[in-house]
Amino acid sequence: MRRLPANLIIGGVLVAIVVGVAALSLVWTPHPENAMNIRGKFAGPSATYWLGTDQLGRDLVTQLMASARNSMAVALIAVLLGGSIGTVLGLLASAIGGWVEDLVMRFADISFAFPTLLFAIMLAAVFGPSLQNAILAIAFINVPVFARVARASANQIWTREYVFAARAAGMGRFAISRDHILPNIAAPVIVQATIEFAVAILAEAALSYLGLGVQPPESSWGRMLSEAQTLMYLAPQLAIWPGLCIVTAVLGFGLLGDGLRDITDPRLARER
Amino acid sequence: MGLFLLRRTIGFVLTLLVVSVVVFAVMNILPGDPALTILGLDASEDALAALREQLGLNQPVVTRYVLWVWHAIQGDFGVSHSFKVPVAGLIAERLPMTISLAISGMAMTLLIALPAGILAASRHRKAADWGVMFLSQLGIAVPAFWLSILLVLLFAVKLRWLPPGHFPGWSDPVAAIRALILPTVALGLVQSAVLARVTRSSALELMRLDFVRTARATGLSRARVLWHHVLPNALVPIVTIVGMQFAAVVTGTIVIENVFSLPGLGRLVFQSIANRDLPTVQALVMMFAGIVVTANFIVDLLYVAIDPRLKART
Repeated sequence: MRRLPANLIIGGVLVAIVVGVAALSLVWTPHPENAMNIRGKFAGPSATYWLGTDQLGRDLVTQLMASARNSMAVALIAVLLGGSIGTVLGLLASAIGGWVEDLVMRFADISFAFPTLLFAIMLAAVFGPSLQNAILAIAFINVPVFARVARASANQIWTREYVFAARAAGMGRFAISRDHILPNIAAPVIVQATIEFAVAILAEAALSYLGLGVQPPESSWGRMLSEAQTLMYLAPQLAIWPGLCIVTAVLGFGLLGDGLRDITDPRLARER
Repeated sequence: MGLFLLRRTIGFVLTLLVVSVVVFAVMNILPGDPALTILGLDASEDALAALREQLGLNQPVVTRYVLWVWHAIQGDFGVSHSFKVPVAGLIAERLPMTISLAISGMAMTLLIALPAGILAASRHRKAADWGVMFLSQLGIAVPAFWLSILLVLLFAVKLRWLPPGHFPGWSDPVAAIRALILPTVALGLVQSAVLARVTRSSALELMRLDFVRTARATGLSRARVLWHHVLPNALVPIVTIVGMQFAAVVTGTIVIENVFSLPGLGRLVFQSIANRDLPTVQALVMMFAGIVVTANFIVDLLYVAIDPRLKART
């Protein structure tokens, strides 16, 4: 057994902490969510409030935990939605070829003109800012990413002998895609999904910070930071913790994705 | 060269057209009556009809699209609902702010990333390399808006060296530059993380090649080989990423302008969303997307300027 790469281990631990905290918030938080204690606002760390309270006397730890849950949920839905549509498009492009492949790839080329933020801005302008629009915008950006990865990997698998054998046996293109291509491109797709998870967490934080993502009263690290920014002279400590949480989550998923790529595609690992 | 230029230019114009269709479609074909949005639910039917007529909403969608593009080419983006002035004027007023920020942010990115990447490659698997790699890994995970807040906390709130935001205008150049320092650093530091990694890995790849060994063998110093032989050859992958980063810097300015309350296009787009000022948002989104597409087009042309061999393959 080869030694596991360091980035895989560190990433795995960070992800386990963030996902664990998010899961824990479903059943337990130190204080009820959004419980206010106006007389105890801006409290410092204590036995009751481990990291202190905010401008409304809400417990910081509770808010950070609820934000972890919301952040994970947004990233999961967006990456699953965009990733599955993109993977199916990539598989189709590879299986059918010809103009379908050209069309999918041209679409992927053009979508680079719309970074997540621009797409979210358009949706917010038309429908008003909401969490659904933020998720849609993040999912949209994932579609071309996964379409590219799935197509490139699938094109390689289509030249394998067992695929020729399946075709010779009379198996259709879509059945081959489902039974032989999809299982064999799972590794690069999962690696990409892990990395895109990190990107999605960052995007959610930025959109929520700008008011286009998670809406009150739900908590979000990005929203906590935008509130903290208005109170910088009064309570600078409020601007520290949510940012550290974002960095931990993004770093965790990023390192985990890199580590997974290193063990599934050892050719790339040497370059590091 | 002529044929290559022509093909690339046609591709560029087609991409812009498709992008404009997407922007127009998202902003217009979706349900909802813009006249109702502007005037509110209790507007009279006559007022609504008059506004629809004025906005050209009674015409078929295709006609409206063609008119929008036709006017936009001539620099007319319609009239802002909330500011009641032409959108083009609003953009012209705020463009210098955004361009100053984008250029200084991009310059900061290059100034940090190229030396850091080359340093890491030249000290491969030594302390400096690990340091650069660690910092860049961290830089990728730090949101630009949080870094901005931390910079403001330290340099504006605590040390009081620099202003925490707002832009005094270029009439006082010293104050203007002071106001731009923190936004530029916030934009550049985060962007340079990715670029430093690409610079490092392409330099590492080249350092294994024969011509580098030959150059070293002729007695040239390590630094001279790195800067005069390795860096020019590493430019193709670097230019690709710089092109992509320019897009990130431009959308980054949207966020940074909002963090520091700088009166640029990024602020304008958020004011327009709050006011449901669709013509302004539509023009701004098209502009930002257009800048991204143009940056990629220029990168494509730069490739060939840097490495003429690529022309044969395109």
